[in-house]
Amino acid sequence: MRTGFEFDIAHTISTSVLLLSFALLYQRRMVGVLHAFTVQALLVGAAAAWQAYIQDAPHLYITALIAWVFKATIIPLALHSIIRRLGIHRTVEPVVGINLTLLAGVALVILSILLVFPVAHASTALTRENLALALSIVLLGLLMMITRRNAVSQVIGFMSLENGLVLAAVGVKGMPLVVEMSVAFSVLVAFIVFGMFLFRIRERFDTLDLQYLETFRGDHQGERR
Amino acid sequence: MSALLQATLLQLIQLLIVLLLAPFLTGQVRWVKARMLGRRGPPLLQPYRDLAKLLRKEAVVADNASWIYRSAPYVIFALLWLAAALVPIFSTRLPMSPAADLIALVGLLGSARFLLALAGMDIGTSFGGIGSSREMMIASLAEPAMLMVIFTVALFIHSTSIPSIAEFVLGNAVGIRVSFALALISLTMVAIAETARIPVDNPATHLELTMVHEAMVLEYSGRHLALIEAASMMQLLFYVSLISGIFVPWGLAGPNATPPLLLLGIASYFAKLVVAGVLLALFETSIAKMRVFRVSEFLGVSLLLGLLATVFLYVSHSL
Repeated sequence: MRTGFEFDIAHTISTSVLLLSFALLYQRRMVGVLHAFTVQALLVGAAAAWQAYIQDAPHLYITALIAWVFKATIIPLALHSIIRRLGIHRTVEPVVGINLTLLAGVALVILSILLVFPVAHASTALTRENLALALSIVLLGLLMMITRRNAVSQVIGFMSLENGLVLAAVGVKGMPLVVEMSVAFSVLVAFIVFGMFLFRIRERFDTLDLQYLETFRGDHQGERR
Repeated sequence: MSALLQATLLQLIQLLIVLLLAPFLTGQVRWVKARMLGRRGPPLLQPYRDLAKLLRKEAVVADNASWIYRSAPYVIFALLWLAAALVPIFSTRLPMSPAADLIALVGLLGSARFLLALAGMDIGTSFGGIGSSREMMIASLAEPAMLMVIFTVALFIHSTSIPSIAEFVLGNAVGIRVSFALALISLTMVAIAETARIPVDNPATHLELTMVHEAMVLEYSGRHLALIEAASMMQLLFYVSLISGIFVPWGLAGPNATPPLLLLGIASYFAKLVVAGVLLALFETSIAKMRVFRVSEFLGVSLLLGLLATVFLYVSHSL
């Protein structure tokens, strides 16, 4: 059965992923955000590989490989080239109140722990902790999408949300590989669509600040520009 | 009687060790940093020479300096020396161990900082005032984070005394505890802010817009400056001892230790110092100094990590 040591390693990797979600919220520079995301994807892959090892489930190695190849290599490289081509790789994002965002993040972590514990009471400790951590990562990804105005950061928020989903999936026994494959590929497709959108938004509005879209739509008339 | 004598002897040895090693740690960090930046770097003995030179020099004091300005260096140095001597570095059983309480140590550091800020404002120059106000801002953000870490450790071990924490960590297979890891990161961030290292403050600068610690002690000279410098070296040593005492106490000699074990304790402490110095230098060279106004975010993260550590402690407890 699982020993304390195996549990500790799994727990540590998941918590590091969570910490990197906080790092994403803390970073202001685009390149810093991307680096944090890359490390997070690497760690998600490591978590999947470790779960494959302790659960003796070889198909999780494929999940780890997908995470390493797609999310830790291809997507960050592509995003790097996008932000360089758009000329925003030196941009410092005007986020208001990083401290407030982080505080909201901690509140979300506590919320997800409170939510998961009664629900998953019957399952093993490892699953429960993993679920709590994964739910917090999902919520932090959402928080990042809400609090950032730059479209590229919102894309990264979405990707880190998906990292949380993968973490939840690998922690539970019996997740079929087909589901993971389809999730991974749909994220990749979503990424391509996002990339196209970024260029379209940029072409039309000369900015990636999504607040300008609201003016265009008719909200906040006369408030900005 | 002889046991008491022996314990007193050990305490005296510790007082001497921290006094001797504090300049070495600072010198080592400077040397490693210089090497990483491609310079040859000052010899490791340079801080000792600096201190000796400053001690020989005349102390110039401004006309309007009060007794606070004159006495502050002595008191600050004494407080920090005491704090560094309280933390167990090679043996957990010393006569002053019962006083080695985390909250008492925070109190000692707080008093030293209070005096330093007062001394900075005493002459009435603008730099001293800027330095003091910034130092107080940093302190007001760092202390809650440090107390949060202390609460986490205290909740887990049911004690705030460092010797019992170290003995607990040594005696039980604690394993890799997530809350401990978070608390470690949080305490390290606090230590970086409190010891005026990059990215919060730059110990090597005298640029008026960025300096914090240096601005406060700008007016000091001669033996006063030597004491202040020695005190800040002692503070760095104190934080390294504190972090290693709580989180990596391996090598510490237990209650009834024999001389070989004590020597092993001293050797392992020295090794920890060297490792910590290299890590600090590595961190400092790889990061840029942040704006003063971003310090609140940096320390806010530290506080939140402390909070998360407590939360995860409850998660693990309720398993």
